[in-house]
Amino acid sequence: MLRFVARRFFETIPVLVIIATVTFLMMRLAPGGPFDLEKQPSPEILARMKAHYGLDKPLWEQYLLQMKHLLAGDLGPSSKYPSRSVNEIIADAFPVSLELGCEAMAVALLLGLMAGMVAALRQNTFWDHAPMSLAMLGLCVPTFVMGPLLISAFALHLDWCNAAGWFFPRDRVLPALTLGAYYAAYIARLARGGLLEVLRQDFIRTAQAKGAGGARILFRHALRGGMLPVVSFLGPAIAGLLTGSFVVETIFGIPGLGRFFVTAAFNRDYCMIMGSVLFYAAFVIAMNLVVDIALVWLNPKLRFE
Amino acid sequence: MPAPTLQLDEPMDNQSSASFWQDAWHRLWQNKLALFGLFVVAILSLVCFLAPLLCAHVIGYSYQEQNLALGPVPPNRTHWLGTDPLGRDLLARLLYGGRISLMVGLCATAVSLVIGVIYGAVSGFVGGKADMVLMRLVDILYALPFTIFVILLTVFFGQNIILLFVAIGAVEWLTMARIVRGQVMAIKQQEFIEAARALGLRRRRILFRHILPNLLGPIIVYATLTVPEVMLLEAFLSFLGLGVQAPHSSWGVLIKEGAEMMEEYPWLLTYPAVAMALTLFSLNFLGDGLRDALDVRGSKD
Amino acid sequence: MTVRGASLVQIVLSLGLLLSCGCGHRQTLVQIANRAGQYRVANGDEPSDLDPQIAIGQVEHDIMLSLYEGLVYGDAKDVSPRPGVAESWDISPDGLVYTFHLRHNARWSNGEPVTARDFYQSYHRMLMPSLGAQYSYMLYPVTNAEAFNTNKITDFSQVGFKVLDDHTLQLTLHSPAPYLLSMMVHDSWFPVPVATIQKFGAIDDRANPWTRPEHFVGNGPFVLKEWRMNSHILVVKSPTYWDAEHVKLNSVYFDPEESYDTQERMFRSGQVHTIRQAPQSKVAFYRKYKPQLINIYPELTTYFYRFNVTRPPLNDKRVRLALAMAIDRRAITETVSRAGEIPAFCLTPPNTAGYTAAARLREDVPQARRLLAKAGYPEGKNFPNVTLLYNTMQSHKAIAEAVQEMWDKNLNIHVALHNEEWKVYLDAMRNTNYDICRAGWSADYIDVGTFLDVFISGGGNNDTGWSNPEYDRLCALAASTGEQAARYAAFQKAEAILMDEMPLIPIYIYSNPRLIQPCVKGWYPNLLDCPNYRSIYLAPQTN
Repeated sequence: MLRFVARRFFETIPVLVIIATVTFLMMRLAPGGPFDLEKQPSPEILARMKAHYGLDKPLWEQYLLQMKHLLAGDLGPSSKYPSRSVNEIIADAFPVSLELGCEAMAVALLLGLMAGMVAALRQNTFWDHAPMSLAMLGLCVPTFVMGPLLISAFALHLDWCNAAGWFFPRDRVLPALTLGAYYAAYIARLARGGLLEVLRQDFIRTAQAKGAGGARILFRHALRGGMLPVVSFLGPAIAGLLTGSFVVETIFGIPGLGRFFVTAAFNRDYCMIMGSVLFYAAFVIAMNLVVDIALVWLNPKLRFE
Repeated sequence: MPAPTLQLDEPMDNQSSASFWQDAWHRLWQNKLALFGLFVVAILSLVCFLAPLLCAHVIGYSYQEQNLALGPVPPNRTHWLGTDPLGRDLLARLLYGGRISLMVGLCATAVSLVIGVIYGAVSGFVGGKADMVLMRLVDILYALPFTIFVILLTVFFGQNIILLFVAIGAVEWLTMARIVRGQVMAIKQQEFIEAARALGLRRRRILFRHILPNLLGPIIVYATLTVPEVMLLEAFLSFLGLGVQAPHSSWGVLIKEGAEMMEEYPWLLTYPAVAMALTLFSLNFLGDGLRDALDVRGSKD
Repeated sequence: MTVRGASLVQIVLSLGLLLSCGCGHRQTLVQIANRAGQYRVANGDEPSDLDPQIAIGQVEHDIMLSLYEGLVYGDAKDVSPRPGVAESWDISPDGLVYTFHLRHNARWSNGEPVTARDFYQSYHRMLMPSLGAQYSYMLYPVTNAEAFNTNKITDFSQVGFKVLDDHTLQLTLHSPAPYLLSMMVHDSWFPVPVATIQKFGAIDDRANPWTRPEHFVGNGPFVLKEWRMNSHILVVKSPTYWDAEHVKLNSVYFDPEESYDTQERMFRSGQVHTIRQAPQSKVAFYRKYKPQLINIYPELTTYFYRFNVTRPPLNDKRVRLALAMAIDRRAITETVSRAGEIPAFCLTPPNTAGYTAAARLREDVPQARRLLAKAGYPEGKNFPNVTLLYNTMQSHKAIAEAVQEMWDKNLNIHVALHNEEWKVYLDAMRNTNYDICRAGWSADYIDVGTFLDVFISGGGNNDTGWSNPEYDRLCALAASTGEQAARYAAFQKAEAILMDEMPLIPIYIYSNPRLIQPCVKGWYPNLLDCPNYRSIYLAPQTN
C-alpha cells in the first residue's frame, strides 16, 4: 500500500502544475483586474499599485515568478486585503470550513445511513417510501431556500438560536443541517441500494441459516458491503464540503473558506484565486486517495493496482 | 427476498420469450412511483413547451408585462398565482422560466452525455496507457473548483444561455465518463466480447454494436439523474447572479428572488419552489425506477 | 496574527447566553450589549485594511471614524467641521493660508502626544507616489501637493505644509477653497502613527502589518482590540483620547456580514443594533408595520445612467434627451426601489451646502416622441440595437427592467438589457465599451464640485466620451475662486449645459433605509452617512 501512496504522491505534482498553469491563464485573460474600482485612480497611482504586485511585468515573467513562489509554498499577498497573505487567510478560514464540513458530514451520515438502512430492511413498504421521499426533499430543495426557511422557523419565530454568526455551539446546528441535507439524501439512497445488493447475496442467507440475529447480520456482514457506494461517493463530496460552501456561509454569516473562494474570483484577487484553486485541488486529490484506500479495505475483491 | 423459483407446471418450451427491453418496461410499469414521475415530467414539459400559446390565450399576460402600479399581489382571480414586485404575472413567468430551466437541464445533460460517453467508452475500451492518461485528465478537471471557473468562464464569454449549457455540461461529463469507463471495462471482460474478438470483428464494430447498446441502461439512468443536478446548478448560478439575463427568468432565478422576499410575499417562493421540487422529485423517482427496471448495478458508482 | 477564540466580551456574552438558556426567554445579544455599553453594527463587508491612507470604501470608513481623528471631525448631525485635534484655526484674509492650533492634550493610544509633526509626516506619506494612495487628490488644494504626488517635484518641503511648532500646523493653498474644512473631515486627512508604521516595515509598503490589533496605534476615541477576518472587529474606548470623558460607549462591535438578507435577519433576531441598508423588498414592510425601526434619509449620491456619446444613435443629443424624458422617475422610486429615494432631474442633489440646480430635466413623453422623430426615428422605427448595461444586483435589475418597459411603451424602442459582474462592468465602463450603463456617484465631502468635476473633458471618471470646452471653462473658473457666490453661479451655468446635452440620465438621489434599534441614542442621519461614535449611547431597551 505504501507504494501505492507514494506513486499517487508523485503523480500529483504534475497535476498541480497543470492546474496552476490553467488557472493562471484563465485569470489573466479574464477581463477586469484587481484595481478596477468605481472611482478610478489616476494613471500614475494605478501604475504604482500594479508595480507593487508585479503586474507590470510581461506575462511569461509573471508566470515564472508565480511558479517559483508556489514551489516555496508562498501563495502570495492578497490584493483585496493588502496587509494579509493568502497563506494566512486560508489558515484562518479553513478550520472554520473544516468544522462546518465535518458537522454536516456527521449529520449526513447519521440521517442518511439510518434512513437507508430502514428503507433497505423494509423494502417496498411504507417504511421504504417515506424515508426515501423525505430524503428526496434534501435533494430537491436548494440550500439557499432551505437555509432561510430553517432560520425563519427556528431563529426568528421560535427563537432557539441566532440568525447568523459562528460564536456559540448553538450556531452550528442550522448550518450543519442545511449543508448536510443534500448529502444525507444522497447517502440514504446509496446506502439503501448498496444494502439491498448485499442483502441479496448468498452469504447473508448462510448467516441467517446459521442462526445469526438481524442486528448482527446487518452490522457485521451487510454494512461493510453496503457502505461501498457511500464511500465511493464521499471522496469528491468531502472535498467540496470541507472547503466550504459559499451559499451556506453567506446565509449564516460564517467566516469560512467558501466565501473567500468566490469573492476572490469576483475581485480578481489573483493570488487568492490561485491559492484557493490549488488548496482545493490538493484536498480533492488527498480525499480521493483516502477513499481509494478505504474502498480496498471494505471490498477485499479489489486490490491496489 | 425469496429467490425466483422455476414454475414446474409450465412446459419449458412454452415460456413466452421476452427481450431484455420488454422485461425492463414491464418492471417499470409496475413501479408506481416511477410512473408518477414520468407522468409529471411529461405534463410539465408539455405545459412549459406550450407557454407562449398558453400565455397569449389562456392566461392573458406575458412574462415581461409590468404593472408598476399594481405591485406584488397574492393569487387572485386575474393573476392565478399572484404577481411579483414589478407587477408581472407569476404563472406566466413560471411557465417561461420552466422552459428555460428544462431546456438548460436537457441540453446540458445532452452535452455531458455525448462528451462523457464517447470519452469514457474510448478510454475504457482502449485501456492501457491511453486510458491512464485520459483518466488523469479527468482527475485534474475534477480537482478544479467549479465556482471559480464558472465565474471566470462567464466573464470570458459574457452571459448567455449557450454558455450556461457549456459550463454546466463541462462539469457533469466527468462523472458520466467515469461511470461509462467503469461499465465498459466490466463488459469488456465478458465472454461474448471475447467471442466477437475471436470472430475477428473490428474494434470499432465491437465498440459500437456490442458494447454501447449494453451501456444504454446505465446511460439512461444517469442522464435522468443528471438533469436534476443540472437544474440545481443553474439555481446556484442564479444565486451568484450569473444565471439567465433579465427580463427572462428561470426557476432558479424565481426561487432565488422568492427566497429573498419569502416573508412578505410567500407565493413568490412557494410556487416556483414547488414546481422545481416536483420536477426534481419526478426525475429522481423515474431514474430510480429505470435503474431498478434495468437492474443496473448503478449503486456501485 | 488575529486573536482566535473567545475574547473577554465574547466570554461574557456567551456566559450570559448560556445562563439565560434555562430561563425560557432568551436574552438577545443586543440586550446583553446594551448593559455592557457595546454598540453592535452590521458593517456590510470585511474591510480591506484599516489604514486611512490605503482603505477607501464606506465599510472601512465607518470603522476608521472610531479609530482616528483628524484636525477636524464631522458633527454628528450635519457633518460640519468641528474642532478635533485642532482646537482652533485662523484663516488668512485671502483664504490661502490656514493655521491650525493643536490641543496640548491630544494623545495617541500608546500615550505619545499628537504633534504637528505627526500631521506633517502623515501628509507626506499620503502624497508619496510610491504609496499609491487613491484619495491623495483630496490634498491637492494645498500648494504643490499634486506636483509632489505625480513626481513632478521630489522635495516635500516645497509642498504647502509647514510645522511652525509642536502644536501649530500651517497649510498654504494654491487657490482659495471655501470647502477645505469640509474636505478635511474625510479620512484622507487623518494622521497616521508614522513611527509605529516604520517599526513594522517601509513607510510606503502597502502590505505593512501595522494595523493588526497587536501593533495598532491610533488617536481616535476608540482603539482596535480584535480583528478576525470575516468574523468581527472590536474596538474599545481609548483612555488616552483627549475627550474620553464625553465618550459614552464602551466598545463598538463591527460585523462584516455582506448579504443584506442575512443582516436583516440578524437585526430581527437581536444580534445587531443597526444595519446600513434594509433589503429592498423589506423596506415597504418596515415603513408600514415597524416605522420605529427604520430611518430613511437622503444621501449625497446620485443614481444615473451614462451615455456613450461616441456611439450612434446616442451621439445625437435629441435621442439622449428623448430617452431621458421618457422615464417616469416617480414610478421607479415609489414602486420599484421604494426606499424613499428622491427623483433626480439634474446631476447634483438639491440643497447641497445651499446649492440647488436651477436647470432641470422635464419628463415629457410627447416631446420625447417628437425629438425622436426629428432625430430620424419616428415611432421608434429603425432604431438601432442599443443595450443597457448594469452590474449584477437585484435592485439595478429591477430598475433596468422598469426603464426598459417605459422606453418600450412610451417610445416604441426595444432596448436590450445586459448585466455583467462588477469587475467586467467597470472594465466596460472605463473603456467606454457600452451603449448605456448604470452608474452612481457619491460625494466625498459636502460640495457640488465633486459631482460636476466628474464630467470634465478627459476626466478619469467621465467614461462617456463627452466633452464640452465651455463646461470645462466654467468648472475651472469655479475651482479658482474662493467666493462661494461666484462658484455657485459658474456651477449653475455648467449644470445647464449638462442638462442641455444630457451625457447622462439622472434617475434618483439615493436615500438610505437604515434599520436601527430605538435604544440607540445620539445617532443622527446626515448627508454623508457618517456615524459619530462620540455622541452615540445606548439607552436600556424597554421591551
